[in-house]
Amino acid sequence: MSEKGPAIKISALNKWYGDYHALKDIDLQVDHGERIVVCGPSGSGKSTLIRCVNSLEQHNSGQIVVDGILMKDEASINEIRSEVGMVFQQFNLFPHLTILQNLTLGPMKARNMSKADAEERAMRYLERVRIPDQAQKKPSELSGGQQQRVAIARSLCMEPKIMLFDEPTSALDPEMISEVLDVIVDLAEEGMTMICVTHEMGFARRAADRMIFMDHGEIIETGPPDAFFNAPKSQRCQLFLSQILQH
Amino acid sequence: MRPRIFLSFGALVLLAGCSSGSGTWGWYVIDPSTPKGMSNISFLLSGFGATILLSLIAAGLSMMLGLLVALPGMSGNRWIRLPSRIYIEFIRAIPLLPMLFWVFYGLPVVLKSIGINVSIDAFWGAVLTLAISDSAFTAEIYRSGIQSISKGQTEAAKTVGLNYRQTMRYVILPQAIKRILPPLANQFIYIVKMSAFASVIGMQELTRRANELVVTEYRPLEIYTLLIFEYLVLVLIISFFVRWLERKMGADESK
Repeated sequence: MSEKGPAIKISALNKWYGDYHALKDIDLQVDHGERIVVCGPSGSGKSTLIRCVNSLEQHNSGQIVVDGILMKDEASINEIRSEVGMVFQQFNLFPHLTILQNLTLGPMKARNMSKADAEERAMRYLERVRIPDQAQKKPSELSGGQQQRVAIARSLCMEPKIMLFDEPTSALDPEMISEVLDVIVDLAEEGMTMICVTHEMGFARRAADRMIFMDHGEIIETGPPDAFFNAPKSQRCQLFLSQILQH
Repeated sequence: MRPRIFLSFGALVLLAGCSSGSGTWGWYVIDPSTPKGMSNISFLLSGFGATILLSLIAAGLSMMLGLLVALPGMSGNRWIRLPSRIYIEFIRAIPLLPMLFWVFYGLPVVLKSIGINVSIDAFWGAVLTLAISDSAFTAEIYRSGIQSISKGQTEAAKTVGLNYRQTMRYVILPQAIKRILPPLANQFIYIVKMSAFASVIGMQELTRRANELVVTEYRPLEIYTLLIFEYLVLVLIISFFVRWLERKMGADESK
């Protein structure tokens, strides 16, 4: 693992959707092994921000450097994507493939790994997310929580250095949220660098090194969870926290 | 009121036709119990092979051409998208018959003027015309099928390192094919019917055979009636196949 510089360095990042200014001059540095939770009201730009990190959204100005690689052209984007895993709100498993095939597709096609090696690795990660017995099923036969854990395993099969989570539990039934969060906490404890967009504040307290609060495309407040939850500085952050921590 | 008038008129025609004395119908030209009728029938049926071969090759080419047109048509870059858009709008606007004349009589001249000396016979002229004309429609079928697959699939494929070609091949097309195949098979029916136009440039297929027999026997009513039934049988067979395909795809979907 190259430990030169930060894992992610974002400077003066701007993103527009037509006339809408979605990200305004964002500066953010994430160190290796750091766990960051991003929260904020919907439309605040938190998903857009992490989607810029692996270039699922193209930024309009500013710089993104991931693990020492400056994002500039197709080649650098591919290089960055091979270091960054991503888990989506809607799982986005490939419905026509079995669970095992979902996990081996990337390693086999993008990394030219042999089928046997890819399957062995896939089973290892399926065990880590605690569903090795579902390998031969199709995604639609699994519960939401299981599907999301498969999605996490699918990302891990590419052995990324950084994981991005885009509201990983927002599409889940309440009783399935904790099984997914437990897997993410495991990962965090193993020292994976991660940015997680979520409103699960209990999870944030358990797993985050640093909290980021965004609103209207800006980072309003950032700090360690204790200070963040107990003494938020900005009024907008106070209001937001009081709204989601009420119940 | 009107339907009833038509109905009575139709019944009258049929009645007249069945009474042999009136002379309006003369089924004898295709009466299989007479040697003459039999040889006429086999002459008409001998067009089947050409019609089927023509349709199959044209459909195959159209499917390939359509994909080549559809893929750049979905690009995020408008300059890559533009040629595909123009092709579709332009080809879709040309009626089949004028295009057939242009390809058959005009294209060899154009090719000759740029130094390519090929003669286009009736068969390949018809194949080319049908394929190009149909490709604008198959391209749109591909586009709608592929775009019906959620964007999240492409994004997930990108995050596991697949490039554009791999994403299409392993993720998007296997899912889109279920939505593409039924309308594509439908389009095949259209090609079979439109292949009748090939008769005007001398292609020896079903319609041409019927025309030629009409000229010698002078019984257009009976011969064209049989011709219509020939197409009906062909299309029914394809329809049956399409239904079967849809059922199979539908069954797959729920798995």
